[in-house]
Amino acid sequence: MSDHEYTPKSKAGKWLNDRLPLLTLGAHLTDYPTPKNLNYWWTFGGILTFCLITQIVTGIVLAMHYVAHADLAFASVEHIMRDVNYGWLIRYIHSNGASMFFLAVYIHIFRSLFYGSYKSPREVIWILGLMIYLLMMAAAFMGYVLPWGQMSFWGATVITNLFSAIPLVGDSITTWLWGAYSVDNPTLNRFFSLHYLIPFLILGLVVLHIWALHVPGNNNPVGIDIKKPSKDTVPFHPYITIKDAFALLVFMIIFAGFVFFTPNVLGHSDNYIPANPLVTPAHIVPEWYLLPFYAILRSVPDKLGGVILMFSAIFILFVLPWLDTSKVRSAVFRPIYRQFFWILVIDVLMLGYVGAMPAEGVYLVLARVGTIYYFLHFIVVMPVVGFLEKTEPIPMSISEPVLSGGAQPSTARKVDDKV
Amino acid sequence: MIKYNFKFVTIFFILILSFKPLQSAEMVDPIKVNWSFKGLTGTFDRASLQRGFQVYKEVCASCHSMQYLSYRNLGEPGGPEFSEQEVKAIAASFEIEDGPDSQGEMFTRPGRPSDKFKNPYPNVQAAAAANGGAYPPDMSVLVKARKGGANYIYSVLVGYEDPPSGVVLDDGVYYNKYMVGNKIKMPNNLSDGLVEYADGTISTVDQMARDVTTFLAWAAEPELEERHKTGVKVIIYLILLTILVYLSMKKIWSRIDTEI
Repeated sequence: MSDHEYTPKSKAGKWLNDRLPLLTLGAHLTDYPTPKNLNYWWTFGGILTFCLITQIVTGIVLAMHYVAHADLAFASVEHIMRDVNYGWLIRYIHSNGASMFFLAVYIHIFRSLFYGSYKSPREVIWILGLMIYLLMMAAAFMGYVLPWGQMSFWGATVITNLFSAIPLVGDSITTWLWGAYSVDNPTLNRFFSLHYLIPFLILGLVVLHIWALHVPGNNNPVGIDIKKPSKDTVPFHPYITIKDAFALLVFMIIFAGFVFFTPNVLGHSDNYIPANPLVTPAHIVPEWYLLPFYAILRSVPDKLGGVILMFSAIFILFVLPWLDTSKVRSAVFRPIYRQFFWILVIDVLMLGYVGAMPAEGVYLVLARVGTIYYFLHFIVVMPVVGFLEKTEPIPMSISEPVLSGGAQPSTARKVDDKV
Repeated sequence: MIKYNFKFVTIFFILILSFKPLQSAEMVDPIKVNWSFKGLTGTFDRASLQRGFQVYKEVCASCHSMQYLSYRNLGEPGGPEFSEQEVKAIAASFEIEDGPDSQGEMFTRPGRPSDKFKNPYPNVQAAAAANGGAYPPDMSVLVKARKGGANYIYSVLVGYEDPPSGVVLDDGVYYNKYMVGNKIKMPNNLSDGLVEYADGTISTVDQMARDVTTFLAWAAEPELEERHKTGVKVIIYLILLTILVYLSMKKIWSRIDTEI
């Protein structure tokens, strides 16, 4: 945190700043000392902010034309696609935007996992981030219900039915969530209301997430604490802003590729069939970004067990900073953890794949193996590897090629000698 | 050791991905047609769209609704692009129910371009009752609502066959090679020469299936041509801007000794 004194030059600026230090905040954000060795994996924070704003802006416009009623919702979406000026563009940006948002957030989360950004002193940033992720999943799920197609309806039925697994009060809770005795018009109405609310909650949490980030400052690929400001840092503007802009533009090219050339490839064709409570689709599958959790849910033969395991898969991440026993942050210097990290990535991808497949035969076996490994990674691998691993020597600073003792003083000295 | 494990897991994963889903073994993949609207700059074949509309109007429309389309859409850019007169004439050829009038009575009048396509049945139940219990789906977004899209619709239209021995079909159920489950309640409505094309094209079953599928693809995605055109422009713009920003970034970062 840069505790610099800032005095506005103009009289009006000084007047305002004395009453509401907006200009001080602006100066802080511009000068914010950022590690100069951040790689492109660090550009996803800016990309995610862009995604959130895009979703909010397109969503507000869509809400001007959308009708949250079981009999009219599907038709109103077609009205947007056909009759609203550039309605197809706005809707395709919004629906593909959700996927791009999740793509970016998964990269952001795995970047944090690789470089140990969740570790002390950044636990609160991590927890706020997970809360944002949870809200994103809720918003995305409810948003998928709004077009009131077959997948909307049956997806909503499957997910809300999960709550009926709760002993004793499960059925009452499910009825309360529905506002009816099945997924129906009241359900659609409240989902629309909440779908409009949640992005603003996310926005609030994003402010806290960034605020919490600005206290210790960014982690970096080397994972060491750095002095700020120093030779190791650059001011946020223009160095990081221009780099974020470049990465964002590359991201936008991919985004535009989806929107303009394959706008429906990430959705399910069944969602262009109007919701029909009397016809169940052959396979009910959620959107791709929820598939790993869907695989975990279905890997357990018991409904309540599946629900508990699925929620545990998310909530275990909240205690990750305390499960990881390693003193070294970055996996760059953790030869064993590094391998396990990639195995986890593959495990999650595999879970996502089997989540899209029918829960039978080889897919069920894979889902179970994948689920067990997922939990083993966090409960066993992270604490044990942290204790046993011999980490590689860590540099003292980003700009100086001097290596500290780290866990292997002898190696460090050897490298030291060469320097 | 762990490196080997890592490789092993990767290979294992690739093997899994190369498995075809079990249930698809019985299903026949739809015929791949080289549609003119495929690809980054794909556009609809105007003549085919007009013929396809004729097939829809003369064959499909007696059972299938297209409730999200209006007659005016037939004259809009990127579609069949009938002339204003033609659109008016097409609309006027339908009797549309309107009302209530000042006496509270419903009445019919000739259609206008602003009217939605006329539904063949008053409601879903009536449509199902008239078709052996199977509701002929609305065709406005049918191409987007089926896995395989245009290829699938075309394949079903030309996929009628005699059932293989051992397959017993109920009355009013037909065998179709490409239909999911191979059983379809829609009879094979296309036969060579069924439609007399206004432009003189010979109406083989294959030709009619292609034309009507093209028409349905447009109906599902009337924005397709504009989307493709805009998309190319947007991506070219973004690439140019990306290059400029990249060069600016290089310049700015050259002030300090760090590689970017």
